[in-house]
Amino acid sequence: MSTQVESDPLPSAEPSGAAAPPALLELRDLHVFYGAIEALKGVSLTVGEGEVVALLGANGAGKSTTLKTASGMLAPRAGEVLLHGERVDGITSHELVQLGIGHVPEGRRVFPRMTVLENLRMGAYRLRRPDPADLDRVFTLFPVLAERRKQIGGTLSGGEQQMLAIGRALMGKPELLLLDEPSMGLAPLIVQQIFEILKEINAQGTTLLLVEQNASRALALADRGYVLETGSVVMSDDADALLADPRIRAAYLGESVE
Amino acid sequence: MSVSDIWDVLVLGVVLGSLYAVIAIGYTLVYGVLQLLNFAHSEVFMSGGYGGVIALTLVEPVADPSGLQSFGYVILGICAGALLGGLVAFGLEKAAYLPLRRRNAPRLVFLITAIGASFFLYNLAGKLFGRYPMPMPTMYENRKLFEIFGTSVSVTQLIIVVTALVMLLLVDFVVNRTKLGSGIRAVAQDPEVASLMGVNIDRVVSRTFVLGGLMGGVAGFLFGTNLQVEYTMGFLPGITAFAAAVLGGIGNVRGAMLGGLTLGVVEAFTVELWGDAWRYVGAFAVLILVLMFRPTGILGERVGRTA
Repeated sequence: MSTQVESDPLPSAEPSGAAAPPALLELRDLHVFYGAIEALKGVSLTVGEGEVVALLGANGAGKSTTLKTASGMLAPRAGEVLLHGERVDGITSHELVQLGIGHVPEGRRVFPRMTVLENLRMGAYRLRRPDPADLDRVFTLFPVLAERRKQIGGTLSGGEQQMLAIGRALMGKPELLLLDEPSMGLAPLIVQQIFEILKEINAQGTTLLLVEQNASRALALADRGYVLETGSVVMSDDADALLADPRIRAAYLGESVE
Repeated sequence: MSVSDIWDVLVLGVVLGSLYAVIAIGYTLVYGVLQLLNFAHSEVFMSGGYGGVIALTLVEPVADPSGLQSFGYVILGICAGALLGGLVAFGLEKAAYLPLRRRNAPRLVFLITAIGASFFLYNLAGKLFGRYPMPMPTMYENRKLFEIFGTSVSVTQLIIVVTALVMLLLVDFVVNRTKLGSGIRAVAQDPEVASLMGVNIDRVVSRTFVLGGLMGGVAGFLFGTNLQVEYTMGFLPGITAFAAAVLGGIGNVRGAMLGGLTLGVVEAFTVELWGDAWRYVGAFAVLILVLMFRPTGILGERVGRTA
């Protein structure tokens, strides 16, 4: 399998995988602006059903912007967002949630003055009749949240807040979970724990699109990866191939290669 | 000032303060979801007063009503006040604030719009209903009902305090125990993330205005039961209730209740001790003093939103 390296926007940035799963999320040639600044200059990517896809890149490359566009927090000026082949760009985020997209935002953003339990219930806000089994599932994945269910969200540690943010998103029963830097600012042991849980979540059937600075961890978990640079996809391949690629090792793994 | 005087003044203060508390809820709820100081809320209050007076004038209460009839009149006034208050608040949000939110207008524009809407509404009321006060039709004989610690409590006072208490319990329940309430709290804490949870922000904001409007409208009617209804009646109670919301910690529902009661009681004691000319001086002195030492108000954790 060959690694694509391009500086121009890719019309289709698909690795020529043999048995690619049907696309759950597809971004086609997205152009997103913050005022006059073009943050995404034609980003295209695909996330197949059941996959874990990692989105790598330096600060300001457009990773978060890509996620925000996928979950309707930002509207693209041009390009398309497709969910199960249906166009969903221009749909606001509260409606996209109903279509099965969960977004764990950068910086966790738990509701600071709600308890752990209230935060989790907010995650199930979209459901007409929340299923008590969902709460059990989250508490099984994150036992610490069960212990702290009455604690106020803002008083949790960073790692606990990240777990709460992920648990909250799971309460909405997402088919696709977008995760923005889940390892940010956390101790290595906690990061390891969170990635193990993400693996478990994926094994239970949730598709993951993961934005990470921690490229080695992200690629270890992911099936495939995309590399963004200044608003464009510059590489995309299977995770193993990216992990072995000398340019990736030099640019994104650096000292962190064991 | 004897002990029985203290009880007299305390009863007056609690009656006044419970009204301020109900009005203050409207300020604090809207501030919570939009960080907007909705100065037009005083006109929502005024609308409720007119709603009550107009409904009762249309019904024409009989000369010597039975207890049941009196009860019916009061309930009618409460409902009419709530209805008009809720409608005006709903319309206000849709006509004045929603277009600004669509354009991401700066805070200052919202504030000026709020003040403009307030002027517009009370002058409109003056035009529609006349510049002279409209007397509240007699719904019941405002006799002494009972005494506590030698202080007599009138029918009107009891109606005001009981209704206010029911409203406050109701709004506390809505905010803390219902889906609308969790939406309101989520939008107040982080609107962007609330939206990611599936909260329709526009809908929550609109319903928050209506909830505050129902409360303000009922307060307007209750205020009118004591006296009369006038197009300028919103200004002073509105400003005082706004101060009460800030005193309690704006954005905090229970803080607004506490702030309202505090200002009502302080106001009553100020009038008793130094005379009516000092009425608002005492209450606002307390406000300034409290804010000097607790800038976020009595129960407020912080003003506004970080990040």
